[in-house]
Amino acid sequence: LQFLYFIGHTRTMSSYDRALTVFSPEGELIQIRYASDAVNQGGCCVGVKGKDSLVLCVERKMGTQLQDTRTVKKIIKIDDHVFAAFAGLTADARVLGKRARDECANFQFNYEDRVSTEYISRYVAQIQQRYTQSGGRRPFGVSFILAGIDESGKHAIYMTDPSGYFARYKAISCGQNSKTVQEFFDKNYKDDMSADETLRLAVSSLMDVVDQSSRNIEVCQLKSTDKGCEARFVGEEELTELIKSIEKEKEEEEKKG
Amino acid sequence: KATVSVLYCVQSLASPMTCVNDTMHDLRDVNFVKAMLPASKQQSEIDELMAADKTLKNVKLPVCPRPSAIPKLNLEKGTTTLGIVVKDGIVLCVDSRASTGEFIASRTTQKVLPMGKTILGTMAGGAADCQYWERVLGVECRLWELRNKTTITVAAASKILAGISYSRRNSGLCMGTLVAGWDEFGPQLYTVDDQGTRLKGDKFSQGSGSVYALGILEEHRTDMSIEEGIDLGRRAVMHATHRDAYSGGYVQVYVVRAPDENGHCWERVSRDDVQDLYKKAHEDGTAGCFKDLF
Repeated sequence: LQFLYFIGHTRTMSSYDRALTVFSPEGELIQIRYASDAVNQGGCCVGVKGKDSLVLCVERKMGTQLQDTRTVKKIIKIDDHVFAAFAGLTADARVLGKRARDECANFQFNYEDRVSTEYISRYVAQIQQRYTQSGGRRPFGVSFILAGIDESGKHAIYMTDPSGYFARYKAISCGQNSKTVQEFFDKNYKDDMSADETLRLAVSSLMDVVDQSSRNIEVCQLKSTDKGCEARFVGEEELTELIKSIEKEKEEEEKKG
Repeated sequence: KATVSVLYCVQSLASPMTCVNDTMHDLRDVNFVKAMLPASKQQSEIDELMAADKTLKNVKLPVCPRPSAIPKLNLEKGTTTLGIVVKDGIVLCVDSRASTGEFIASRTTQKVLPMGKTILGTMAGGAADCQYWERVLGVECRLWELRNKTTITVAAASKILAGISYSRRNSGLCMGTLVAGWDEFGPQLYTVDDQGTRLKGDKFSQGSGSVYALGILEEHRTDMSIEEGIDLGRRAVMHATHRDAYSGGYVQVYVVRAPDENGHCWERVSRDDVQDLYKKAHEDGTAGCFKDLF
């Protein structure tokens, strides 16, 4: 009897999972769940918020040895004050990133103000939602982590997912091993961290899940200063040093413990 | 001598056509020009003029285009409105006359339109255009608040209105507005035109009475107090209404300040009949200085 039930269950699932615009009997859009699975296969990326800085950190998966990994950027500049990291299908992310950039430029043209992080995250999320509701199109297999600093100095991290849901976070991760990384944040995140502490936390979180090599991590730091938003990609040397010091700290803690 | 004579004949190089008795004549037409000359002119003089005209005929004179960068000063907006930025706020003063040609349609027009709690817009030019589009702007400001959970900046609000004007610039809109408000950057004053011109500044005046008001406003300094600004603005509109036929009625003074506990930034300070103001100014010899009115 159990066996028969199992067969029946799979048949129900598979008959509802081909079409995007059809709910399953459990009340789920299964295509969107599959899209999230595609996201979970992508390289891990994290976003962490500090007192007046933001850090985006991305695991850069190794391509073939002959690929120039420096040209594969997983942190996209959306505007001078907004950066996005993503997990999932790179091509989809490229398309969405372009739409976000266009919207930033149009917004500034029409309203003279620069976009707030919330606005652009909402915009990207709305596009992703639109692709879950009309027929003939598939959802974007991307989750974005957007980090931005507004003109008034407010800084925020938002994450969007293939269903079009978006929310603000203090620290968030998506992609492969994101659950492990999120548990790490639950344990170690503190409010009002300085810029250095935030950078350290973000890189430490990825070091558990990534090969210990600076070439595999891409880090972008945004600081809120008097001049507004200062953004930079952390250089390789600095990153190697930072990783070394984090490893050292870990060893010392293990020795103590 | 030849140049002067040519100018006598040819009235406008840019538009050599002239309309006499409902028929178009080309001023380069020798016979026509001859006929236009007064009979008393000597024949030799006429020949001289004709000769000069002939040489001109061989020269191709380009039509001088009006540079598009210089906006045409359009004084067809029958009103006086002004806005000045002072320390801690903005003072807006408007008259209240609406005229259709030579008929005064209303002496109690409301020329200041609020856009939410933080922004005011003034009206000059076509009442319909101003009222409608400023109301649309008010809607956009409200939608912005609902969508983005913050009050709109004055830069963005004025940009929306400028975009509306610019996209309709050839439709014959007649609208000169001042967008004044308080946002996170402090008091902001913008002027938006029916051609899509949008300028940020400390002192603007619009309408047919603006030329008189701007003379009075030369006293303005950005570090004046609000009371001094109110006095100055009120005086400026009063003097403008005295001399401009299309301005009159009441002077309304509005002030934009930092938000109070409800987030409300603007309030109406006073509403005075210009005739009473003018009488008072010249009765007590203060020549329009009303420091004792508040």
